[in-house]
Amino acid sequence: MKIPISYSLRNLWTRRMTTLMTVAGMALVVFVFAATLMLTDGLQKTLVETGSPDNVVVIRKGSQSEVQSGIERLQASIITGQPEIAIGSDGSRMIAREMVVLINLPKRGSNKPANVVIRGIDSHSLALRPQVKLIEGRMPRAGSAEIIAGSSVARRFQGTGIGEHLRFGMREWTVVGIFEAGTTGFNSEVWGDADQLMQAFRRPVYSSLLFRLSDVGSFSKLKERLEGDPRLTVEAKLEPRFYLDQSEVMAKFLRILGITLTLIFSLGAIIGAMITMYAAVANRVSEIGTLRAIGFQRSSIMIAFLSEALLLGLLGGITGLAAASFMQLITISTMNWQTFSELAFSFSLTPATIIQSLGFSLVMGFTGGFIPAVRASRMSIVDALRGS
Amino acid sequence: MSEREIAVRMSGVCKSYQRGSQNVPVLEDINFEIASGEFLALMGPSGSGKSTLLNLLAGIDKADSGIITVGNCNITSLDDSELADWRAANVGFIFQFYNLIPVLTAFENIELPLLLTGLTRRERREHVLAALEVVSLTDRMDHRPSQLSGGQQQRVAIARAIITDPAILVADEPTGDLDRVSAGEIMDLMDHMVSDFGKTIIMVTHDPRAAEKAHVVRHLEKGILMES
Amino acid sequence: MFMLKLIFRNVFRHKLRSTLTVVGVAVAILAFGLLRTLVGLWYLGVESSSSTRLVTRNAISLVFSLPLSYKERIRQVPGVTGIGAMNWFGGVYISEKNFFPNFAIEAEPFFDLYPEFRLTDEEKKSFLRDRQGAIVGRKLAKKYGWKVGDRVVLKGTIFPGQWEFTVRGIYKGAQRSTDETQFFFSWDYLNETMRRTVPRRADQIGIYVVGVANPERAAEISENIDILFKNSLAETMTETEKAFQLSFVAMTEAIMVAIQIVSYVVIVIIMVVAANTMAMTARERISEYATMKSLGFKWLHIATVIAGESLFIALLGGAVGVGLTFPFSGIIERELSQFFPVFRVELLTTFMQIMAAVVVGTVAAIFPVWRGSTITIADGLRRIG
Repeated sequence: MKIPISYSLRNLWTRRMTTLMTVAGMALVVFVFAATLMLTDGLQKTLVETGSPDNVVVIRKGSQSEVQSGIERLQASIITGQPEIAIGSDGSRMIAREMVVLINLPKRGSNKPANVVIRGIDSHSLALRPQVKLIEGRMPRAGSAEIIAGSSVARRFQGTGIGEHLRFGMREWTVVGIFEAGTTGFNSEVWGDADQLMQAFRRPVYSSLLFRLSDVGSFSKLKERLEGDPRLTVEAKLEPRFYLDQSEVMAKFLRILGITLTLIFSLGAIIGAMITMYAAVANRVSEIGTLRAIGFQRSSIMIAFLSEALLLGLLGGITGLAAASFMQLITISTMNWQTFSELAFSFSLTPATIIQSLGFSLVMGFTGGFIPAVRASRMSIVDALRGS
Repeated sequence: MSEREIAVRMSGVCKSYQRGSQNVPVLEDINFEIASGEFLALMGPSGSGKSTLLNLLAGIDKADSGIITVGNCNITSLDDSELADWRAANVGFIFQFYNLIPVLTAFENIELPLLLTGLTRRERREHVLAALEVVSLTDRMDHRPSQLSGGQQQRVAIARAIITDPAILVADEPTGDLDRVSAGEIMDLMDHMVSDFGKTIIMVTHDPRAAEKAHVVRHLEKGILMES
Repeated sequence: MFMLKLIFRNVFRHKLRSTLTVVGVAVAILAFGLLRTLVGLWYLGVESSSSTRLVTRNAISLVFSLPLSYKERIRQVPGVTGIGAMNWFGGVYISEKNFFPNFAIEAEPFFDLYPEFRLTDEEKKSFLRDRQGAIVGRKLAKKYGWKVGDRVVLKGTIFPGQWEFTVRGIYKGAQRSTDETQFFFSWDYLNETMRRTVPRRADQIGIYVVGVANPERAAEISENIDILFKNSLAETMTETEKAFQLSFVAMTEAIMVAIQIVSYVVIVIIMVVAANTMAMTARERISEYATMKSLGFKWLHIATVIAGESLFIALLGGAVGVGLTFPFSGIIERELSQFFPVFRVELLTTFMQIMAAVVVGTVAAIFPVWRGSTITIADGLRRIG
């Protein structure tokens, strides 16, 4: 014989205040749990979307990031000659020789400086990055001091709006366009003509080469050949991998932080649930005795109390998750320690996070309710009826 | 009766409760007097308003209208804080479920009301020991309520009620939770309070055996006091 | 006195419940303390920076270097007492997991500019003599088991190649907050190697560390340095070491703000748990409070009993939490030294932990105190049984 679930529900309703407080505590924990998962997912999403699966990035061996890398012109032309590189509609190879540096720009409003990536682009740069779209103005003319800014930069940094000017490398640069790159890292970059920028910064070398493969399957062979070539000291990575590697430290930091925080917090919430459930059992001793006297099994009592705890957990989980879903509106921008450039990403709610958060809240409810439920079911009928 | 001193006088007392949107009258135009040194039992069916009447004259509930005079004091004119002081000095309480503080020993429970007086520790101790003597619980003074029987707990409660030497004792079903033997002991003790200490006792009870000990028995029905 | 006794006994009435609450508060206060310390660490570089040092870098950004020729010109600026070149080397020891900061520094001015790195004269001398010598922090040396005379190889990321060094000295910090996880080697070694392999990159300086005698003149001296190179190929940007460190910190501020928020959220969570517990406790004891009132006790007495119990539990949990913070930060300092060179709990943090416990105890008591002191005796007594 089972005690109907409505018994558990009504009991929660009867003790509304306590229920509300316990649920609030759990909801906060689930909120933090979900938010950290969402943050890591958001970072991952940004990084994966930044790269196209059939693009290859070549940088100097051991240099870790484009900013630290350097590829001589001679080396660049050797790489451009590789047969695996796809041919574009104009008949030329789909390869972009780019130069990447960081410049310090003051933010709008706060005037605080932050690093912004300036990318010197090649004629194929835009075509190789289908995520990047010009939304305002036009592309910079080759050979001119014109630049375009990512929408995230244009919004937040001084002098980067359309028609505005930036001064660096002893020249004045005019912003002629704004581009939008979804959630990818390019949104936080400024683009200009590679040759012009190399002159201005007096840098005779490229930073990285980006090209499209005509067949992704040929990558490992090409990688082997490039990295084994004695004239080159480079490494080649598929673009998505390249961006993931670049933010490994940040991702790991967020993950460790998230797990640690959640563990500590859940301890608090489980304790809260346990206190509530103990009190629920203590307040209803004679009720338990009555139920047992009527003929309900120990297991039914146990299940009834456990369902009550699980319901508490679930309510907390749903509330916390609902609150966390609003975090999707927030964008975090921070410096990537590995590249010293700005990294902007949003909280992203995935089905896996929803399932994990609800599962986590049920586990909290279960952990908090188990011992009290066992205690309720172990009570002898006579003692329970006598106790008030 | 008029030549004896009046301990409690109620005139025109009304009281009603708000149950949801409904106004439920509990007491209607109560007028009565209790002489000093009298032992009065209030009887009546459940819901007749006897506990409310008791609460009103003990100053733990407020009448809607009417005047209640206890001793020389019109308690209906006192505010909450003044009432508290007044209770501490003038009324002793005995409850059906004893209402002892579970974490305090018998000694400490009895001592509780004295903490509101200016007595020194030593003086308090003397008073408590004397009260324990009266209720014959000296050997149990270091026990907690849970270690005492129902009858013993009620005796502690009586000792607590008389510790500040109030003129009036109010008892709400003092034997309601006790077996017949213990109940008999409690009633003897209360009788002792009236005859030997000159207390005035107002007791609400269902128990006819308990009511036998009282000098006067009044019946309350549907908020109206019956003529005796 | 008696009230204290009553409070104390009430606390131990539901041993399990009180223990759980104390544990909960302790965990929260511990987490709060560790998080605050973590945030504080972020600013450690800023805190421990010297007011007598300025940093001159390329105005475009740190990625760009400055010519070696600037050194003498900066030295001529009035008020400058010393100057040393420094390059962020960014070398990797065995694998990228073993991160520690490593710099190429000009050996001679270095010792004068950084008095907080304590070395014996013997160590200083042997470092100056050995072109491939290195000076490492005490904690770093301990972590990898390096001793003076050991050979260490770093893989260059910015400067390609395998770089061999010999440990010539192990420095100790003058203060507890001094970072003892850094690795320094001779700038000459770096420059000569670059001259041989990539001549274009030789004679390039990452930053100049400039010593000044009078910190009050820092702003004026900075300006005078920057004016020297105005409208040149490499314009400079000079600021105090503090401002320089702060600019790094500011760029990762978002994460710090998040951690700060989270450190308060943990307190709110435990506040909810404690408030719930206290409300439950007060509800169970409402007839006792009514009884006490009937005996003549006033609302203030009742409030004292309830708030006292709440504060007692919160402070007990707080004390346990504060007590645990020290061993825990010790463990973190030992086990996670690559992330946190120093993990020291500030006095202010301890104070804030105690305050947090007081707030938790107070807030948790508000509702029960209100209930306990406003309930009428008649209502309270009716709840018996």
